[in-house]
Amino acid sequence: MKRVIETKEVSGQSPNYLLAKFQDLVDWAVNSSRANSLWPMPFGTACCAIEFMATAASRYDFARFGMERQAFSPRQADVLICAGRLPFKLAPVIRRIYDQMPQPKWVISMGACASTGGIFDNYAMVQGIDTIVPVDVYVPGCPPRPEGLLYGVLLLHKKIRGESLFDRVPRRDEQPLDERGLRLPPEQIDEISEPFGNSVHQFRSA
Amino acid sequence: MNPTVDALRATFGNAIGRGLESCGDTIVYVAREALLDAMAWLRDTPQQRYDYLVDVTAVEYRDRERPLEVVYHLRSLARRADLRVKVELDPRGDLTVDSVVPLWRGADWLERETYDMFGVTFRGHPDLRRILMWETYAEGYPLRKDFPLRGRFSRAEQVRQALGANPEAHYSMEELSIAEAYDELPADMKERLRRGERGQLPDSE
Repeated sequence: MKRVIETKEVSGQSPNYLLAKFQDLVDWAVNSSRANSLWPMPFGTACCAIEFMATAASRYDFARFGMERQAFSPRQADVLICAGRLPFKLAPVIRRIYDQMPQPKWVISMGACASTGGIFDNYAMVQGIDTIVPVDVYVPGCPPRPEGLLYGVLLLHKKIRGESLFDRVPRRDEQPLDERGLRLPPEQIDEISEPFGNSVHQFRSA
Repeated sequence: MNPTVDALRATFGNAIGRGLESCGDTIVYVAREALLDAMAWLRDTPQQRYDYLVDVTAVEYRDRERPLEVVYHLRSLARRADLRVKVELDPRGDLTVDSVVPLWRGADWLERETYDMFGVTFRGHPDLRRILMWETYAEGYPLRKDFPLRGRFSRAEQVRQALGANPEAHYSMEELSIAEAYDELPADMKERLRRGERGQLPDSE
């Protein structure tokens, strides 16, 4: 949608210009508030969670970036950080945690396993949590160093600052799911779960 | 070689198969029919006293002619002796052995895991369900050699089935067995359980 609303021009200085400036001001205020007080919901399942704890502890200290309070309840969290591999048995759990978080909410996929399945290209592991919940920032690494996670957090800040309250695009709104309960269409899930790397010679029997 | 093997053979005769030594551990093969008797004998005979069941697992070999083995690691805490008991089963035949839960209560989850991963049925197990995979898992037994590494279903189907599972089903009262053990609890603990987390009695009481 166009951000400028049609109004009649009354003087040399366009009111559209003023309105756009006002909207920018509101966006700036809201987005700065959101970006600078992200409360993370840690979902640590593996070694990435150790690096996450190091990031939270005093040496790297992501409280410097407004993530002062770790919310171990999804109801008080803004950003879900999935640190570690996600087995299929945890898939309904992370989906429920994501559903329980209030809007607006963001997701950081930390590490190779959360982003792609990593080395666990097998029967038990979700091949990337983006097949379960929408992901905003992928942090590569196995596991990523705390600097990597902090860089991911800063990228998320940048992304949040680029959002606008006045866009009608339902970016942060949840799309209703069909009866299959899948967030992506099945063929897309199969496509992004294709084997890669050293595992291309393994075949599915049926 | 652990002297227990000779004692076993003297007691059970032909039901005891070959015994061999590997890396300092003694392995003895027992016929499926004699397993429960032999295990009870190993646990209760004063000279043996294998009172601790360390692990129950199974092995399937890549060689299709070799039988699938169910492996029991026994330890005698008093005598500081170890024994590994194996039962051979035909992987294409009936995968059933007697459960040792009546002898060692700790075999409960170990046998459930072996059932979950290999499909070995333990006859007489009180609650033989899957333990690692969710209970509606329909793709088979993941550690069998004929199981493809990525599972039998497509990824989309696996995601769909996983999301359909109830994440709280595994933490039910039944799972924790509190309901079964409730009658045996002391009165004060019953009272605390009845009050629940909030420390209040339900209205119906």
